[in-house]
Amino acid sequence: MTLDPETLSLLLDATRRLVDEKLIPAEAEADANGELPSDVVRAMREMGLFGLTVPESYGGLGLNRSEEVRFLFEFCRASPSFRSLLGTTVGVGGKSILLDGTEEQKAYWLPRIARGETIVSFCLTEPDSGSDAKALKTRARRDGDEWVIDGTKRFISNAPLAGLFVVMARTGERVTAFLVPAETPGIEVAKPWRKMGQRAAHVADVAFEDCRVPADAVLGGEAGIGRGFNAAMKALDDGRLHIAAVAVGLGRRLIEEMLEYARTRRQFGEPIASFQLIQAMLADSEAELAAARALVETTAAKRDAGEPVTRDAASAKYFATEAVWRIADRAVQLHGGYGYMSDTPVERLFRDARLLRLFEGTSQIMQLVIAREMLREA
Amino acid sequence: MKVLVPVKRVIDYNVKIRVKPDGSGVETQNVKMSMNPFDEISIEEAVRMKEKGVAEEVIAVSMGPQQCQETLRTALAMGADRGIHVKTDDVLEPLAVAKMLKAIAEKEQPQMIIVGKQAIDDDCNQTGQMTAALLGWSQATFASVIELGEGTAKVTREIDGGLETVDIKLPAVVTSDLRLNEPRYASLPNIMKAKKKPIEEMDPASLGVDTTPRVKTLKVSEPPKRQGGVKVESVQELVSKLVNEAKVI
Ligand SMILES: Cc1cc2nc3c(=O)[nH]c(=O)nc-3n(C[C@H](O)[C@H](O)[C@H](O)COP(=O)(O)OP(=O)(O)OC[C@H]3O[C@@H](n4cnc5c(N)ncnc54)[C@H](O)[C@@H]3O)c2cc1C
Repeated sequence: MTLDPETLSLLLDATRRLVDEKLIPAEAEADANGELPSDVVRAMREMGLFGLTVPESYGGLGLNRSEEVRFLFEFCRASPSFRSLLGTTVGVGGKSILLDGTEEQKAYWLPRIARGETIVSFCLTEPDSGSDAKALKTRARRDGDEWVIDGTKRFISNAPLAGLFVVMARTGERVTAFLVPAETPGIEVAKPWRKMGQRAAHVADVAFEDCRVPADAVLGGEAGIGRGFNAAMKALDDGRLHIAAVAVGLGRRLIEEMLEYARTRRQFGEPIASFQLIQAMLADSEAELAAARALVETTAAKRDAGEPVTRDAASAKYFATEAVWRIADRAVQLHGGYGYMSDTPVERLFRDARLLRLFEGTSQIMQLVIAREMLREA
Repeated sequence: MKVLVPVKRVIDYNVKIRVKPDGSGVETQNVKMSMNPFDEISIEEAVRMKEKGVAEEVIAVSMGPQQCQETLRTALAMGADRGIHVKTDDVLEPLAVAKMLKAIAEKEQPQMIIVGKQAIDDDCNQTGQMTAALLGWSQATFASVIELGEGTAKVTREIDGGLETVDIKLPAVVTSDLRLNEPRYASLPNIMKAKKKPIEEMDPASLGVDTTPRVKTLKVSEPPKRQGGVKVESVQELVSKLVNEAKVI
C-alpha cells in the first residue's frame, strides 16, 4: 500500500518526536545497564512500531519498503539498540511469515506481532555455520504427526524475549523453516552474550532438544517442506535493505553530533568547524550518507515495483554499513579525546555501528553476492 | 456533550525563527510547521473527557490554508472525532478567528470550547476571551485543572499570585495553560485511522465573517543580539557590579 504524503509525513513526525523526546534521552542509561528501560519499550509498543510491516488487514500499518526505509531513517537516529528490539520482528522473522506463511499462520501470528505481544526471533546461524548458512546442522525429523527438532542456534537476537522462533532446520537434504512457539518444551535459551555495542539489545544461543512441533508448524505448510532456505534468502533481501536503512539513520545522527560539536568546540581561538580539515570530515560524511540514502531509496522503490533486488539490497547493505562505519570513525576523530570517553554519545554510537557490517551477511558475503549476481547476469 | 477545540498551524517550536529580509514578517517557506503546543493540550483535555465518558464528541477546527488539514489530522490521530477546516489564505487576526468560532459554535452547539491560552507564533492571548465575549458565554482562562459538574465546571486558573479556582456555568470557553496535562503522542495506528475520519471544509464567507485585518504590521525585526558577558574575579567584584553597575541589588 502507498500512503498519502500527508499521512506519511505525520508518521515520520511522530517517530521523530518519539526519538528526540524519549529514545535519545534514554540511550546512555540503556547502554550502561544493558537493558531498554521498560517505559521506553511501552512507548514503542503504544506507538504501534511492531506492526510497521504487517498489512493493515492483520492489524498493522502495512508500510511498503519505501515507507519502511523512510521510517528507519528517522527511527535509527536513536541508538540501534532500540531498533534491535523490533528488528527481528518487523525484519527477517516477521517477514518470513508475511512472505511465506500459510493463510492460517498469517492470521494467527501477524495480529499478535502487530500488537507487540509476540516478539519473533530468526534462527539461522549456528556454532559451525555462519556465513556458510547452508551448512547448518540442526535437524528436524518426522515422527507421526509431529516434527522433532534437535540442534543449537547461535547469536539469536531477542531470543530471551521471543514468543516465536523461526527455526531453519535440515529435513533430509534440504532446509525447512519451522514456526516454534517459545513455550514449546525442549527449548533452552542461554545467558545473553556480553558484547561490544548495542548493549541494550540481547543476543543469546538457543538449544532445541527433542523439541516437538505439530505438522502445521512448517512455514508455508506441506508445500514449505524443503523450501526454508529460499524463504530465508527472500526474507534476507528485505532484511539487508532494512539494515542499510538503519545505517543511514545512524549516519544522520552521527553527522548531527559532529555538526553540533564542530560549531561549539573552540581551539586556536576559533570553533573547530572553521578548520578546513574538520570541514572535510563533515563533507565526506555528508556525501557518503547522501549516496547511501539514495541507494537505499532506489532499491526500496524497485522492491515495491516487484523487481528482483538481491544484488541491489546487497549493494545497499554493503555500501551503507561501510559508510556509516567511516562516518562513526570520523565522528570520534572530530570529538578528539572526548570522542573516546564513554560520556560522549559518539563513543557509544561508534561501538553500536560496528555490528552492522557483520550480521545479516558480512560485508565479504555482500561482495560475494553482488559479484555472483553480476556474473550470473553477464 | 460536545467539545470544540480550535487548533492552529504554527511554526514548530524547535525551529529557529528567521525574519524575512524585507521586514514584512517571518520566514515560513520550507519551515517545519506543527500544531500550536497549547492546542495539543486542549485536544488532550477534550479527548480525556471523552475517554471518561463525560464528553460524547470532540470536534477539532482549524482555520487557514490547505496545509491546516495536516494539523487537523494530528488532532484526529490524538483522538478527536471529526474536523472542520475553514479554508482561507487570508491573514487571520484573533477577532476574525473568534467570529468564525462563534458561527461554528452556534451551529454545533458544544458545551465547551477549549482554546489554547495563546499561539506560540503571535502570542496574542486574545482568541479565547473574544470568543467567550462574542458568544456571551462564561470564560475561565489559563486553566490548569478542569473538573466538570452538572451543567457547570470548576476550573483552577494559573494567575500571577498562585492558583485561583472558579465555578463557571456551561456552555463556556476555557483556555488551556501548560500544566493542564501532558499531551499524548499520536500513535502510528491512530494516524492511519485518522485518514478515515471526516474533515468538513468551509470558508469564511459561508460563516458570514469578513476576515479583513484591522491591524497593520509596520515592521518585523530580529530581537537585539545578546551582548557577551564578562567574567568577574571574585564574589566581592560581582556584588559591587550588581550594586553599582546593574543596580539590581
Ligand atoms: C549481535 C549479533 C546478532 C545476530 N543476530 C542473529 C539472528 O538474530 N539470527 C541469526 O540467525 N544470526 C544472527 N547473527 C549471526 C550473524 O548473522 C553471523 O555472525 C554472520 O552471518 C557471520 O557469521 P559468523 O559469525 O559465523 O562468521 P564466519 O562466517 O565464521 O566469518 C568469519 C570471517 O570470514 C569471512 N568469510 C566467511 N566466508 C567467506 C567467504 N566465502 N569469502 C570471504 N570471506 C568469508 C567473514 O566475512 C568474516 O570476516 C547475529 C550476529 C551478531 C554479532
